[in-house]
Amino acid sequence: MVRFENVGLRYGLGPEVLRDLSFQIEPHSFQFLTGPSGAGKTSLLRLLFLSLKPTRGLVTMFDQEVSTLSKDALALLRRRIGIVFQDFRLLDHMNTYENVSLPCRVMGMDEASYRSEVMELLDWVGLGDRIWALPPVLSGGEKQRAAIARAVIARPQLLLADEPTGNVDPTLAQRLLRLFAELNKSGTSVVIATHDIALMDEYDARRLVLHDGRLHTYE
Amino acid sequence: MTDPREEDKHVAPSRMWRLFSRSEVLIVPRTSIAGRALVVVVAIMTFLAALTTGAVMLVRAAASDWQSDVSREITIQVRPIEGRDIEADVARAVEIARAFPGIAEVQPYSKVESTRLIEPWLGTGLALDDLPVPRLIIVRVASGAAPNLPKLRQLLSDQVAGAGLDDHRAWMDRMRTMVHTAVIGGVAILVLMLTATVLSVVFATRGAMATNRPTVEVLHFVGAKDGFIARQFQRHFLVLGLEGGAIGGGAAMALFALAGLLRDWVLGAGASDQFTILFGNFSIGVEGYIAIVIQIVLIAAVAGATSRHTVNRTLNTIE
Repeated sequence: MVRFENVGLRYGLGPEVLRDLSFQIEPHSFQFLTGPSGAGKTSLLRLLFLSLKPTRGLVTMFDQEVSTLSKDALALLRRRIGIVFQDFRLLDHMNTYENVSLPCRVMGMDEASYRSEVMELLDWVGLGDRIWALPPVLSGGEKQRAAIARAVIARPQLLLADEPTGNVDPTLAQRLLRLFAELNKSGTSVVIATHDIALMDEYDARRLVLHDGRLHTYE
Repeated sequence: MTDPREEDKHVAPSRMWRLFSRSEVLIVPRTSIAGRALVVVVAIMTFLAALTTGAVMLVRAAASDWQSDVSREITIQVRPIEGRDIEADVARAVEIARAFPGIAEVQPYSKVESTRLIEPWLGTGLALDDLPVPRLIIVRVASGAAPNLPKLRQLLSDQVAGAGLDDHRAWMDRMRTMVHTAVIGGVAILVLMLTATVLSVVFATRGAMATNRPTVEVLHFVGAKDGFIARQFQRHFLVLGLEGGAIGGGAAMALFALAGLLRDWVLGAGASDQFTILFGNFSIGVEGYIAIVIQIVLIAAVAGATSRHTVNRTLNTIE
């Protein structure tokens, strides 16, 4: 599904922040991405999400070599990837329903075709009674769940989550982890970037550990 | 204190309709765009552009009327030649002109009338016989006719010594040059105003994009193509352009309509007559109003297209 071969990344003329990364993400797989602060987790997530281009090496996603793709083709590829940000990135002028259904609107789908699915998903993540609420009145956990719902509404093949439990209490963190596990069982590959060792201990999954810009894999 | 969740549950049914009626909520909120200032700028630009267009159309129409009047009228000039009877020459010229096809009316100026013509320069009490003053014959061309003027000129010079024919071509050429200059000047002013409008929209779009950067990023993350993002901004600027254009263009149309109505009242009957001679009836006509409406639509379209182009360019620099 995703293949990195000798990938390196540097910002401008600075030093390489990622060096010689070679790994694969298989379909239906679940992995944690971890490492100390500044190790390059967010940079790697941005490479995975196609918002950065590597300075060297080869990145293949869904059998397409990304460096050769046009901007529109990259946008189409991004629709197969869902991302959950640590800071949620919900649009404040849109209510929960509108935020979650945004990917469907972007894809040009008719509202009637996704309305029930969005409602069902919101019920599933426990936001069925908050569909009309605007993000500023949602709690941190509710925002996190809304962001997750937005990331999965278009049934992505790959889900990336950046510190999804960073802003929530341990109980909610466990609940969110169960949510990701459920999504994985339904066929989505999941990559969770986290510092939370306790969280990783909760779930037996492959660990991708970044240290000094290099990646070490622990199956 | 009431639990917000409980409160939400109570109002939920009434808000269900609102939820779905909001389903096409604007992705880029209108309030995030500094639209009021842009509407004012576009309104001023459209107002000035419409005034320029109207003025150019008035000048063209007036010049066309003058040219039409003048081209229907030609002048035969009979110069006095020593030893010849000028009255007989004038009579002969009149006879030739009247017999010529396409001529509706021939009116020779009498001695008295000729004296009156040069009175403003030479004063009263003039004895015309003492001066070699040419005599004029006004010839009016029949409506729709195109008389062969070179042939008439030839006939006159062959049969009447000292007779010449002036079809005012040189004057009309100068008039055409003046009108063309006015039109080119008007078009140049329109281009400058359009350029200023485009630049205003570019700056406003850049500002809107900076304000909406988080929205643009989210749209990128959920797989929006650049064209989709550009359309979200374009629709705002199209509406803003239409609003500004309608205000400015509407004000200009109202001004022209009002000026036409109040012309007599403001200038008084005497001045109004002079004004009418110079500028016709000061009406830009249906064509003028259509031209202003086209300008409004054009400026809105330019605003929309400019914002789209600016968004696309900005998006290209993001990645």
